[in-house]
Amino acid sequence: MTATSLVHGRRFSLIRRLSNTPVTVLLAGGFMALMLFVMVFAQVVQPYAFDHIDLLNRMAPPVPLEGSTWIHPAGTDTLGRDLFSRLLVGTQTSMLLALLGTCLGAVLGVALGFLAAHKGGIWDEGIMGLVDFQAAMPWFIIALAILAFLGNSMVIFIAIMALYGWETYARITRGLVLSAREQGYALAVRGLGARPSWIYLRHILPNIAGPLLVQLTVNFPSTILFETSLSFLGLGIRPPMTSLGQMLGEGRDYLINAWWLAVVPGLTIFFITLSMSILGDWLRGKLDPSLED
Amino acid sequence: MIWLLTKTLRAITTLWLVVTFVFFVLRLSGDPTLVLLPDDIDEATRDFYRQLWGLDRPIMVQYWSYLGALLQGDFGISFRNNLDAFQLVWDRVPKTALLTGTALLISLAIGIPLGIIAALYRDSWIDRVVMAVSVFGFSMPNFFLGILLILVFSLNLRVLPSSGSGTWAHLIMPAATLGISFAAQFARYTRSSMIDVLNKSYMRTARSKGAGPLRRVNLHALPNAAIPVVTILGFKVGELLGGAVITETVFAWPGIGRLLTSSVAARDLAVVQCIMILLAFTMVVANMLTDLAYGWLDPRVRVGAKAGAR
Repeated sequence: MTATSLVHGRRFSLIRRLSNTPVTVLLAGGFMALMLFVMVFAQVVQPYAFDHIDLLNRMAPPVPLEGSTWIHPAGTDTLGRDLFSRLLVGTQTSMLLALLGTCLGAVLGVALGFLAAHKGGIWDEGIMGLVDFQAAMPWFIIALAILAFLGNSMVIFIAIMALYGWETYARITRGLVLSAREQGYALAVRGLGARPSWIYLRHILPNIAGPLLVQLTVNFPSTILFETSLSFLGLGIRPPMTSLGQMLGEGRDYLINAWWLAVVPGLTIFFITLSMSILGDWLRGKLDPSLED
Repeated sequence: MIWLLTKTLRAITTLWLVVTFVFFVLRLSGDPTLVLLPDDIDEATRDFYRQLWGLDRPIMVQYWSYLGALLQGDFGISFRNNLDAFQLVWDRVPKTALLTGTALLISLAIGIPLGIIAALYRDSWIDRVVMAVSVFGFSMPNFFLGILLILVFSLNLRVLPSSGSGTWAHLIMPAATLGISFAAQFARYTRSSMIDVLNKSYMRTARSKGAGPLRRVNLHALPNAAIPVVTILGFKVGELLGGAVITETVFAWPGIGRLLTSSVAARDLAVVQCIMILLAFTMVVANMLTDLAYGWLDPRVRVGAKAGAR
C-alpha cells in the first residue's frame, strides 16, 4: 500500500462515516446547526426589527395560505409585527437561555461532584444531601412562584435555570470520579507526585467527559422546555422581550382566527427538543454503550 | 425499622427546608400591601392590613409563628378573599387528582405494553416504530400538544370541549396531553429494563427447564423488569405535577395548578405557600412509597438495608 492511497483512505473515511450515520441523526444535526446559526446571527438575518409594529398589516397568514405575501413570509401577529423576525429573535432567546442554563448547571454540578468525591466525609454527606433535597423539590413550581413574586429579572431567571438539573451532574460526576480515581493511570500520576487538582483536571476530567457530554445533550431539551413552559405561563421571558414560549403563550389567545401564531413557535420548540433527543440518543450509543437503553 | 425512621426523618427535613426556602424567598419580594391594595389608599389603612396579616413584625418572628401555625394545620388566610387558604386549596384537590391519576393510568396502560413488545422484538421494525413514536412523544411540549388538540378536536372537528370540567368529554384532552409524554418515557424505560432482564442467566435457566414463552415473560421477566420502572415512577411525580399546572392552564381545568397560576398572579401569599407545601408533601410521600415498594419488590434491597442499619 502506498502513501497516497493511505491519504485517500483517510479522506474517504469522513465521507463514509457520514454516509454510515442514520439520516435522522444528520437531519437533527443540520437542524441544530441552523438553530445555532440563528442564535448567533438572528439580528443579521431578520428582515424587520422583531418589535416593529405595522398596524395596517395585522395577522397576515404565512406563505402557503390564502392572502399571504412574501413581504411577511411567516405572516404577522396581532400588532402587525413580522412573525419571521420574531421567530428568529425568539429562537435566539430560547436557545441562549437553554444553553446558558444547561452549561451553568453542568459546571455547578460537576464542580460539586468533584468536591464531594475529593473531600469525602462531611463534604460528601452535605453535597449529596443537597442533591437529594434538590431532587425532592417541585422545582418547576417553586421557580414559577419565585419568578412571579420577584418579578422580571434576567439574573434571577438565569439563576433558576442553572439550578435546574445540576443535581444529576453532581451525582454522575461523583460516581465517575470515585471509580476513575482508583484506576491505574490516576494512581500512577499520583505516585509521580502530581497535585490532586492537576490529576482531576488534566487526567480524570477528560476520561469522564463522555458520559457528562451525553448528560448535557439529555439535559438540554428539558432545559429548553423548562424555559418555554415558564415563558408560556407569562412568567419567564416577558414582553417587550420574546422567546418561543412567550410567542406561543401570546398566540394561544388567537387560535380561532390566527392559529399559526401559536403553531409556528410551537413547532420550532418541538423540532429543537426532537433534534436534541435524537442527537443525544445517538451520542449515547457512540460514547457510552453501557448507558444505552 | 431504623431504615424507615431515617427515611421519615429525611422526608420531614426536606419538607421543612422547602417551607423555609419558600417562606424567605417569597418575602424577598417586598411589601405585599403595595401590590394587593390600590395605590391611592391612605397609610392608616395600609398599616391596618399590615397588622392584620402580621407583616409588621420582624421576619424571624413571622417565620416562627408561621411554622407554629403550620404544625397546628393552620395555613393562614387568602389575602384575596379572606377564606381559609387550606380549604381553598383542598377543594381543588379532587380535580387535580382526577386529571393526574387518569394521565398516569393512560401513560402506564400505553407505555408498559409498548415497551415490553419493543423489547421482545428487539431490533425488528416493531421495535424501531415504537422507539421512533416514543421520541416524538417525549419531545412534544405538553402545552403545544394541548393547543394542537384544541385546534383539531375543538375548533375544527368540534367534538370535544376546549375548556372546563364536569363530564368525561372534558377529561379526554387534558388527560391525553399530560399522559402522552409519560407514556413515551415509560415505553423507553420498560424496554431497556426488559432487555436487561431478558439477557440474564435465569431467563436461560427458565427456558432450559421448559417454561413456555408466555410463562417466561409473565412470571420470570416482568417482575424483575418492573423494579427499575417503579423507581422511575416515583421520581416522575414532580414532573407530573409540574405538567398538571401547565395542562390545567391550557384547558382551564379547575384544579390546583390553575389556582396556583391565578394566586401567583394576584400575589396571594398564603394560598401559594399552601399549594407549594402540599405539592412538596405529595412528592416526598411518593418518593418514600417508591423506596418502600422498591424494598418490597426486590428482597435484595431489603437485606442490604438491614445489613446497613446494623
